[in-house]
Amino acid sequence: MEPERPIAPSTLSVKDLPWQILWDLDKCTLCGKCTAVCPVNAIELGVFRKRILEPPTDITQETVTDFRSYFGIRQKTDPAYRCVGCAMCTMVCPNDAIVPCRTDESDKLKFHVDQGGQPRRRGGRRNVAGGVLDRLKFIRISMLTDPALDAGRHEFELRTLLGRVLPPEENLKFLSANGWIPPVREIYPLIIGGMSFGALSPSMWEGLQMGVAYLNEEMGMPVRICTGEGGCPPRLLRSRFLKYVILQIASGYFGWDEIIHAIPEMKEDPCAIEIKYGQGAKPGDGGLLMWYKVNKLIAAIRGVPTGVSLPSPPTHQTKYSIEESVAKMIQSMYMAWGFRVPVYPKISGTSTALAVLNNLTRNPFAAGLAIDGEDGGTGAAYNVSMNHMGHPIASNIRDSYLTLVEVGMQNQLPLLAGGGIGKNGNLAANAAALIMLGASGVQIGKYVMQAAAGCLGSESDRCNICNIGLCPKGITSQDPRLYRRLDAEQVAQRLVDLYLSFDTELKKIVAPLGRSTSLPIGMSDALGIDDPNVAERLKIKYVV
Amino acid sequence: MCRLFAITSQKPLSPMVALKALDVMREGHDCSGVGIFLRDLAGPFEEIKDAPILSGIFSDKGLKRLDTFMMDIGFMTKYKISVKLPKVPPPGVPKRDVYLIRAYEYPEEWEDLGQTELYEQLLKIRLQLRAMGEEKKDMIVFSFWPDVIMIKEIGDPMLVAEHLNLDRKELFARVIMAQGRQNTNYAITLYACHPFFIQGYATMTNGENTAFVPIRSFLESRGFDGYTGYQSDSEVFTHILHYAVSKLGLGLETYKHIITPLQDGDLLDHPNSHFLKNLKQTCRPLIIDGPNCVIGCLPDHSVFMVQDRKKLRPGVVGGKPGVYAFSSELCGLDAAIPNRDKSKDFQPMHLDTAFVGPGRQEVTLWNQKDPLPLPH
Repeated sequence: MEPERPIAPSTLSVKDLPWQILWDLDKCTLCGKCTAVCPVNAIELGVFRKRILEPPTDITQETVTDFRSYFGIRQKTDPAYRCVGCAMCTMVCPNDAIVPCRTDESDKLKFHVDQGGQPRRRGGRRNVAGGVLDRLKFIRISMLTDPALDAGRHEFELRTLLGRVLPPEENLKFLSANGWIPPVREIYPLIIGGMSFGALSPSMWEGLQMGVAYLNEEMGMPVRICTGEGGCPPRLLRSRFLKYVILQIASGYFGWDEIIHAIPEMKEDPCAIEIKYGQGAKPGDGGLLMWYKVNKLIAAIRGVPTGVSLPSPPTHQTKYSIEESVAKMIQSMYMAWGFRVPVYPKISGTSTALAVLNNLTRNPFAAGLAIDGEDGGTGAAYNVSMNHMGHPIASNIRDSYLTLVEVGMQNQLPLLAGGGIGKNGNLAANAAALIMLGASGVQIGKYVMQAAAGCLGSESDRCNICNIGLCPKGITSQDPRLYRRLDAEQVAQRLVDLYLSFDTELKKIVAPLGRSTSLPIGMSDALGIDDPNVAERLKIKYVV
Repeated sequence: MCRLFAITSQKPLSPMVALKALDVMREGHDCSGVGIFLRDLAGPFEEIKDAPILSGIFSDKGLKRLDTFMMDIGFMTKYKISVKLPKVPPPGVPKRDVYLIRAYEYPEEWEDLGQTELYEQLLKIRLQLRAMGEEKKDMIVFSFWPDVIMIKEIGDPMLVAEHLNLDRKELFARVIMAQGRQNTNYAITLYACHPFFIQGYATMTNGENTAFVPIRSFLESRGFDGYTGYQSDSEVFTHILHYAVSKLGLGLETYKHIITPLQDGDLLDHPNSHFLKNLKQTCRPLIIDGPNCVIGCLPDHSVFMVQDRKKLRPGVVGGKPGVYAFSSELCGLDAAIPNRDKSKDFQPMHLDTAFVGPGRQEVTLWNQKDPLPLPH
């Protein structure tokens, strides 16, 4: 029998795709909303021909064969138009007549997605669920002499320090001699990690900034947000809200012309400068803003033409080694703000993190080290980088902390952990575990997008089209038709919800451990896991 | 749970004063052990204030090893207290060969050493002896310091006192600290028994320090040999005190600012906010997380009490000019100094440091919100 369509190597059936659209003829009103909303045009109006057999009850009469046509939804099988599972069709359907379902076996699309020799690029995160962070338990419940602390009523001081903290001997010496003491910020330990203006839509960015300002000024929580590499809107640079912002510089230096020119007009210093050397989601790869998203506004802020892809180089091109690079960049950035702003590098999780850390311990200006683990997210990267490159954050942070303990510098160089914190929804537990392993604070990105803006992405490769600017929720799109779907005020409100609930949960974790007067950085005796190998690796307790 | 008692008196007192005070507080502790710290000694030790005194428990073999070790360095015994033990110890008290309290004459070669170096050497020898003892399980060393005696044992404090005949003239002292409990928050070992001592600084603590592990990591990484041990989460209080005063050159009034700094709002209003903010940041890993009540003694014989911020441990100070006591409970204070003006008893709260100086004339109170004294 002849096939329905010509069979070529990349001819796929609906069954071969990762997502299959289930559509119910009886419920469908043919309103067309699903086909209109689909960000990747995976579905279209279909006209189907159907044979109707009407066997007569009277055997003397002949069977009547009739042909009818009906209208419905057809799913495209061309790899370029495959369904991404975002389920916006379900969201808009008035009758719940349509829903995408994950295939029940390994899809065949992955073998054909590289049409034209172009490997798959996408946004999102590593498509692997689970992780060690969720398995860490807090086992040292204070039962000895301590009436358990009341997370709801007790006073807690759960701030952290960002900046180079001098050892006590030096600090006191410099204090009495009026010497230079590096700037140190007291901030909330949950930091919104670098997501650029460009990667995020204007309404998402505005919402996050509003939420951060509210948390600081109304709730008294010193929450900080990192810009990512993409500059910062000129009005924010010249506003008092800049003090809540960590400006990021990366290898493309996007937006820094605007920032440097704004320095004389700044009312406040930024919280800190983050020098991005690497990103957990795509280690060894530079930032990437694909041409779809480079509109007039983004181009103006970044100082580039519109409609061109903006790949940042993987390395800072003007330097030849990490030692030189870190030292010179840190020095330059300190000088730009008169040595009043902490400057720290961010690297991707790697087995060579300790080499960078050791280098920083010898650099008296380094204000910290942010390490971004393999479960970090990105707006755009090659699929292979996301899924297969990188280092888990837990052992990276633990090794780094223990190295600092060995040289007695655990209070001098704050470690910030990022990458997959709260990836399964357990934000406070993951953050507390990393803090007890030795992190001074944690950076989150995807969690904010999911909780504050309703991002649909997941580890089972749902949606993940942030790279092409078609975000169906308007979070990572630069198309006004899409980002108008997102109300900045509501994002701000959700961000405040997120932080307040995180704060309560963090207290619910530290209070039973008997901790309230300081953040339990390095309190590894509180941690246990039911796997002896992990316990040994992280130097925590093995419990069963 | 621990009960603590410390007394500082112009008139030398028997350690039994403190042990009796502990005994009236026995409902609050489990009588599982006792630790005693004596300083500003009277009797025979009064004449040899500069001679370092070794306190510890030794087996017969350990004692021989000690003698060889000390003689090799050049230490000569100057005076010793012989503790004659009944053949059978009371129930709950282990059988020991020798409780040693022995004052030494410094080796001749040490005569030219400056005080700092001398103190470093004394510490080094104590740590060496401790290591030797831990290796062969034949010595337990509590202190090796001039004008200081320490006695620790497992068992009911009163039975131990009777067993060791502590009510003897040679043991009279002007500063006495005592604690009644052996079973501390970690493993049962005499090295976990309060009070703890390092280079002239002693403290004992009631409570649980949940920030123990990060504090221990910080102290251990200071590169100072004395910051070791840590069989108890309370030992870090002694070492933090030593670090603050001896290493950082700060006064006792800053101790509380290090272990329980003011919260940010209060810090901003403090007249020394710039200094205190720096101190809070730079000493962040030394912030304790109690509840704890700490009673301590400085090399100048001052005795003090601080509560942590949570103020969930009992503690009271009272007395009269010439004699003051710090006690976990009022009944302990009543037992030791009954005829004092009780209206002047003071229970330090979450911001207070109560302190009786070497003159023993009054209780000085520092509130954490008070301006710090000018640098000395």
